[in-house]
Amino acid sequence: MTCERPETSATGGRPDVLAPLPVAWRSHGPRQRSWRTLRVRTSAVLTAAVVLAVLLVPPLVQLDQQAVDLAAKLRQPSWSHPFGTDDVGRDLLLRCVYGLRVSLFVGVAAALVAAVVGTAVGALAGALGGWVDRVAMRVVDALASVPHLLLGVFVVALFRPGVWPVLLSVAATHWLSTARIVRAEVLSLRGRPFVDAAISGGASRWRIAVRHLVPAVLPQAGLAAVLSVPHAMWHESALSFLGLGLPAHMASLGNLIEGARGSLLAGQWWPTLFPGLFLIVPTLAVAGLAGAWRDRIDPRRRSELML
Amino acid sequence: MHNSPAPTASASASAEAHETDPATATVLELRGITAGYERHRPVVRDASLTLAAGEAVGLLGPSGCGKSTLARVAALLHRPSAGRLLLDGTPVTRWRHRAPRAQRTAFGVVLQQPRLAADPRLTLAALITEPLRATGRRPEAPARLAELTPLVGLTPDLLTRRPHEVSDGQLQRACLARALCLRPRVLVCDEMTAMLDASTTAALVAAVESYRAETGAALLAVGHDAVLLDRWCDRVLPWQAVTAAA
Repeated sequence: MTCERPETSATGGRPDVLAPLPVAWRSHGPRQRSWRTLRVRTSAVLTAAVVLAVLLVPPLVQLDQQAVDLAAKLRQPSWSHPFGTDDVGRDLLLRCVYGLRVSLFVGVAAALVAAVVGTAVGALAGALGGWVDRVAMRVVDALASVPHLLLGVFVVALFRPGVWPVLLSVAATHWLSTARIVRAEVLSLRGRPFVDAAISGGASRWRIAVRHLVPAVLPQAGLAAVLSVPHAMWHESALSFLGLGLPAHMASLGNLIEGARGSLLAGQWWPTLFPGLFLIVPTLAVAGLAGAWRDRIDPRRRSELML
Repeated sequence: MHNSPAPTASASASAEAHETDPATATVLELRGITAGYERHRPVVRDASLTLAAGEAVGLLGPSGCGKSTLARVAALLHRPSAGRLLLDGTPVTRWRHRAPRAQRTAFGVVLQQPRLAADPRLTLAALITEPLRATGRRPEAPARLAELTPLVGLTPDLLTRRPHEVSDGQLQRACLARALCLRPRVLVCDEMTAMLDASTTAALVAAVESYRAETGAALLAVGHDAVLLDRWCDRVLPWQAVTAAA
């Protein structure tokens, strides 16, 4: 009898114990959440606008971005030329859209190539291990020890100016981080029991890599690819700005900024500002989307950020 | 545990005596196995074990003593740093991927944690028949799946789900079905039922036993549940007997 009393009181007290604790650390406030969705929405709208502009303006708008009008050179932004004109009277809005088209193409293509190469190298190094891993990772270390703009300049200097050398140069310098990420993921997956089970089920190394390991690292590799799109765009612009990238007649954002250097000193701000904005805004938008995606696929990191 | 004083000695003696008789020939023999994950820090020292055809051997030991490592060595999933492993009297020299496929698939392995042992991207049907696909026998998969699911007690509606959509017990049933998929001659069950309730344990053990009754496969069951292993296995070896007998 005496022992029953504390038990009943314990069960009687249980609802209190199980009641939700007045702790609010898990919930992030409405302000932060709305900022989050605002960031994602803005990024999505801007990215969509950029992609649509780049895809639709050249076929739909029958204007020549190369059309020179020396009588209208270096005009301030106006209704007829919303972004003004450059030093030979070309319309800057049109030039910016064409430049963004080239930069975005180089950025996306280079990021894709870099992601494929990086995933292949990282997956091979991680899955095979041994001397393949050691050699591949030392190559990655050696390449990463050189500043990659310098390496990019070296690659571009081997060829005539054009889109493809720039693409090759940017891709060749951007697969390193993807390779490292994928290798680390594969290494952590390789020791998991489901790989043991697959070995016991008679699977070859190739089968394990293709069926179990690569699908598991694809979200990470895809994220690395998207994150490297803005980076690749900046690199393309940097190479063009240095006069090493695309030929001078092609409108690329780097070329536009480079060409505007002289007029900036004379007080004409618009030939520098608008191409600069066209470089910054899309890269930030893509990076914002990639950041949201990263938060989605890596909730642990998100919860750490919340704390 | 009646023969615990010198189990390996008597087992190998009986194996030698019956070597000419295929029914009781030794399927698997481990001699002086030393294995570990870091150099000069072995987890298993000098372990020896024999498994006759159709025999069920239980390996009983406390947590962390190295019995899982020994089970991994026995299933060719971990290369020992010393010792010999004979499969059907032939010494095994290569491990993991390097082992010939016929040797690897002679073993069916069921691991302790089904969550970790299942690729989260595969449906249960794909998970169970993955060994057939991996060995280029995909056309046989539907028929084998239809045989295995009633054996392990899975219902067809579960087969289209992925591992996170089923319970631990259901997933372990699928893992057992996967281990039985290629009709192994030796089953290695490493703490197969440690996380499961009594009824699921009984069902899984019954599935293993009906498979063994049908095919005459040998069983190496690793665990720390003395009662279960005593009921399940022909002989139960305590860990000390395995490591000291070399």
